[in-house]
Amino acid sequence: MLLLALIALPVLAAGVAMALPSDEWRPYVLPGAAAGHLALTVAAIVAPSEAALQGWLALDPLGRLVLLLLSVLFAICAIYAVGYLRYRRELSNRIFIPCLLVFLAMTSLVACSQHLGLLWVGVEATTLTTAPLIYFNRTQRSIEATWKYLLVGSVGIAIALLGSFFLAYASLGQDSSLLFQDLLKRANQMNRSWLHVAFVLLLVGYGTKMGLAPMHTWKPDAYGEAPGIVGALLAGGLTNCAFLAVLRVFQVCQAAGEGAYASRLLVFFGLFSIGVAAVFMVGQRDFKRMLAYSSVEHMGILVLGVGLGGIGILGALLHMLNNGLTKGVLFLSAANIHRAYGSKSIDQVAGAMRRVPLSGSLFLLGFFAITGSPPFGPFVSEFLILSRAFAADRFVVGAGVLVLLLVVFVGMGRTVLTMVQGQPSSEAGRTQYRDGLLTGMPIAVSMGFVLLLGLHLPSPLESLLRDAAAFLEAAR
Amino acid sequence: MNFSAANLLLIGVLLLNLFCLGTSRIRALIQAAALQGVVLGVMPLLIHGRVDWNTGLIALATVVLKGNVIPGMLRRALREAQIKREIEPLIGLVPTMLLGALATLLSIAFASGLPLAPEHQNLLIVPASFSTVLTGFLLLTTRMKAITQAIGYLVLENGIFIFGLLLLDAMPFLVEIGVLLDLFVGIFVVSIIIHHINREFASLDTRRLASLKE
Repeated sequence: MLLLALIALPVLAAGVAMALPSDEWRPYVLPGAAAGHLALTVAAIVAPSEAALQGWLALDPLGRLVLLLLSVLFAICAIYAVGYLRYRRELSNRIFIPCLLVFLAMTSLVACSQHLGLLWVGVEATTLTTAPLIYFNRTQRSIEATWKYLLVGSVGIAIALLGSFFLAYASLGQDSSLLFQDLLKRANQMNRSWLHVAFVLLLVGYGTKMGLAPMHTWKPDAYGEAPGIVGALLAGGLTNCAFLAVLRVFQVCQAAGEGAYASRLLVFFGLFSIGVAAVFMVGQRDFKRMLAYSSVEHMGILVLGVGLGGIGILGALLHMLNNGLTKGVLFLSAANIHRAYGSKSIDQVAGAMRRVPLSGSLFLLGFFAITGSPPFGPFVSEFLILSRAFAADRFVVGAGVLVLLLVVFVGMGRTVLTMVQGQPSSEAGRTQYRDGLLTGMPIAVSMGFVLLLGLHLPSPLESLLRDAAAFLEAAR
Repeated sequence: MNFSAANLLLIGVLLLNLFCLGTSRIRALIQAAALQGVVLGVMPLLIHGRVDWNTGLIALATVVLKGNVIPGMLRRALREAQIKREIEPLIGLVPTMLLGALATLLSIAFASGLPLAPEHQNLLIVPASFSTVLTGFLLLTTRMKAITQAIGYLVLENGIFIFGLLLLDAMPFLVEIGVLLDLFVGIFVVSIIIHHINREFASLDTRRLASLKE
């Protein structure tokens, strides 16, 4: 029941938001629904709830982790949204807010889904609900971004469906259940040729949704043109849902004794993504597109960590949380800076520390966190992944990643420092926007979490992470 | 099971693929995709051998959606957008047809490497499915109008549906319906976007959607 409520609550709230006639009051539905969802999430994690719908919905350790991140990130964004939408009175939010809520419902569905087909339906539904969100600004550029997002995303999701069919065919036998626990049990009788092709298709399909290179082409456009809050939810929430799907399929491969084959592919896509992101981040003049490439980079780090195995898996899971929360900080503070200058090009933006001190400093801190500087969370998780690479004698991989991370640090650093330092130039557009409580405080809270994750991992969270890593390893 | 009839229809699907790649009129392209949808709708009945509620519903829903509703929506988008009816390919029609033929050959070669369950031997489902998916890809990548790209996506989904036929007995009903529903909503959203593209850019040519790049 609890799991059904997790999905039903945001859908109901979306209905309420649709019914409300006032653009002014509608945003308040968001924090309400987010608070309810967070309470339900905590309840579902603390007290192991029963499976719903004949086992199609259940919270396993991996799902718990993703659900927790989603719920926290959405709560942060929901409070921010109230402040943000005050500045966007010229646009109706009648579609925007219900879509945000349905997005929460569908990502929760993905986190709880234990069925290969249901998982796919959930991911597809998130694609459809995010399209209107990217199109919120109603400019020519946002149409272009939405069109590319829909087209590339739908093709990716279609390939994932074909991969799901292949996996189902590989497991065809007396038992035809597509629940993951049954797939894991039958895994060693699966046909190897079908399983190999299925894994490639699923990795490419869900990898498109994650934004792994070379399937990342929609990402810079979509993140660049969407409102910052949508960027935060996509980069910190949706990509992790797709990552969860990849993890589930990886688990099946591992149970079938094909873990080495799957790991090789994951390491390859991981390195390739980090490399592509590093190349495009150097000299990037549009800071929102820069964040999109940073997302490509960190998706690469996630699959790399899983591909390396061992402590790398724990590192990847921790990095999922770190990256999600840091992306929240970066996208939301970048959105504030964008609004304060009316531009997202570093040709116009300088001296953000003076014009919007809070957003400027949070953006700078977020930059240090995401590039893996101590004492923030991503440092710990990236360290775990790298130490696994060297411990497993994969020196070339480890050294390559280190060099690429350095390139990213320098490339991103130049852009970020140009933005926050110096004086705002006189011709730089002046807008009404100044830092406020509602658009500043949620970002600071998110940054606080990132710092906490780096200094001290709370023990309940640590056991959650260890359970999830053990759950993935158990399939071996 | 009526395999020879099923194979005959699958060959029809393959020919429709080549027609899709070779035609120069958007209306004919929509027509071909719709016909392909109707053929696919009949397939579950032939493969399954007997008619029960489940397969009957899937067949009916497929014929109505793929054969009627979605092509209708595309035709409406075409009418409202008042665009030129000629397809503007990035590479010529004959080269894409040749590529399509090559893709079909590759599909047959690739499919022969994958072992099939005994009850699915002698069926052309796997090569037909691959070939249709690749045709969809070709349409998506070589045709420059938003509407032709949407049709490409439709053909790609048709290819995936063909593969789904192998799993008809094993897959639960919900998933099949989910597939159709998603396709429907997908095209619905796409047609709305097409409408907006047309209004903002006064053209459905996606080459104009080129301000976002490095």
